[in-house]
Amino acid sequence: MPPKGSPPPPAPALAGIGLKARHAAGLLAGEAAVDFLEVHAENVMGAGGPALRQLARLRAAYPLSVHGVGLSIGAEGPLDAEHLARLAAVVERFQPRWVSEHLAWSSHGGAFFNDLLPLPYDAATLARVCDHVDQVQQRLRRPLLIENPSTYVEFAASTMDEAQFLGELVRRSGCGLLLDVNNAYVSAVNHRRDAWAFIAALPPAAVGEIHLAGFAEDRDGAGDRLLIDHHGAPVDDAVWQLYARTIERLGPRPTLIERDNDIPALAVLAAEAARAREGMAAFATRPQAAFATRPQAAFATRPRAAADIARLEAA
Amino acid sequence: MNRLAMPWQAAFGAALLDPARAVPSGLVTWNGSDPAARFAVHRNNVVVSLVQALADGFPVVQRLVGEAFFAAMAGVYVRAHPPRSPVLAAYGDGFAEWLAAFEQAAGLPYLPDMARLERARVRAYHAADATPIGADDWAACLRAPERLGGVRLPLDPSVSAIASPWAVASLWAAHQHDDPRDDDAAIAAVALDQAEAALVLRDGDDVLVLPVDRATAAFVQALQSALPLAAAVEAAAIAATAAHASTTPPFDLAGTLALLIRHGAITAWHHAGEAP
Repeated sequence: MPPKGSPPPPAPALAGIGLKARHAAGLLAGEAAVDFLEVHAENVMGAGGPALRQLARLRAAYPLSVHGVGLSIGAEGPLDAEHLARLAAVVERFQPRWVSEHLAWSSHGGAFFNDLLPLPYDAATLARVCDHVDQVQQRLRRPLLIENPSTYVEFAASTMDEAQFLGELVRRSGCGLLLDVNNAYVSAVNHRRDAWAFIAALPPAAVGEIHLAGFAEDRDGAGDRLLIDHHGAPVDDAVWQLYARTIERLGPRPTLIERDNDIPALAVLAAEAARAREGMAAFATRPQAAFATRPQAAFATRPRAAADIARLEAA
Repeated sequence: MNRLAMPWQAAFGAALLDPARAVPSGLVTWNGSDPAARFAVHRNNVVVSLVQALADGFPVVQRLVGEAFFAAMAGVYVRAHPPRSPVLAAYGDGFAEWLAAFEQAAGLPYLPDMARLERARVRAYHAADATPIGADDWAACLRAPERLGGVRLPLDPSVSAIASPWAVASLWAAHQHDDPRDDDAAIAAVALDQAEAALVLRDGDDVLVLPVDRATAAFVQALQSALPLAAAVEAAAIAATAAHASTTPPFDLAGTLALLIRHGAITAWHHAGEAP
């Protein structure tokens, strides 16, 4: 049985990065201060070969988060049993500290769309997602962290908001949450809502990991701002500010810098991770000073770090 | 009134892959704007990411047709044949056969075989790990020379043999310079209409493309079909004479076995009919 109602315990101020093959050698050589690594589960589901050997070496040096992007938890059909077995094998093999998936669907009728597709937030979806999360937790014998999505459209059929939906999911399934602050910001802008109200409405103890990433700007059919979650840019200042408020509310949580496109040098990602780590540490050691007087001082833009990043990106 | 008819994901998915279909019903936007512009984000994500997955797996095919043509061509493939599995390393198994029937690329008749070669490389990279047999195993195998003809030699899971009427191994090699600008002269020097064969296999962490003759490729394919050694040699001899009888040397069994052993490609031996 998965432990019901027992989300992961609060963790220290860990700051990690998504693993990219080009950074593996530098990480193994200890060239960057990174507290943990995250891999997409689907990228390490091959039968064998150098990719798995390399991950085994990295796993010996870093705590690992396994982040699934293909289980289609929100699918109308049954979960893909073969894929769940593959995920279980990855978890068994690499013994990650965290395992996460998305509040989304990505497969239907045997076709895989390779995108995190939106769901109506209604009773039928909630029942189905709870059932699927249950199955995964039973199979993996551990709680799953479910990530809030970036969305671009909403459904007329929705009867609750996303925070209510996630809160119910946590309560019923015993899963934890992976709070993607960038997704919270992107979705809030795209649907003209308050990102902080969303974060503040989540059950605080359930949040076991945080994601930070960059977005792209577009316009919708009416010319209004439409943000695209593309993981191809540094974390935006607005997202850093929202993160500071989140840490103020939740305390330190393992925080990951996600970057999947236009991937910069390892040092650039490590600098973003350091900003998250230092911000968490500032709140953890001087909570009164950090919160009471200047709530966001710990995360205020640091010109020197910004200059370092610009220099590294130019190189 | 707003309840979605099940199964709504079928219509949503079909609209993702077919831009001519209407945007699914039941979508709303805060400002009342047409959801089509927002739904287009998903349409774009699906096709662009899957085209990129194919480009990652077929880089020389992409170079041969150019980026723009490849994106259009792969887009047609993605919409007709989306992946069946979330493991994208498995995507592209049918791409070579589809290319062979894709009329707009018929001017490059070697394209499907290049796709086969590149697909074999990806499969080799992710293939299961296996341990090659060592000197002691060979000594045991050779202890009964009269039974050698009936010996089966299972090969490493990474091994593929590709035979083509085109010079695909040379053409692939011509695209492997560190600086792509150095490729042009090498590509121009390839005699495209020379039949070629290659073994693709993983040796250590490296995936290799080893040019071989047609007989060697036939021999390897025969071993992979679990034919015993004598039958595999016969298949190789037939391939050697069928190709170009006057110019092709006879099948070199010793050289082929040495090549396979050198790259750790033989993982077991057992007599036909006996358990491995």
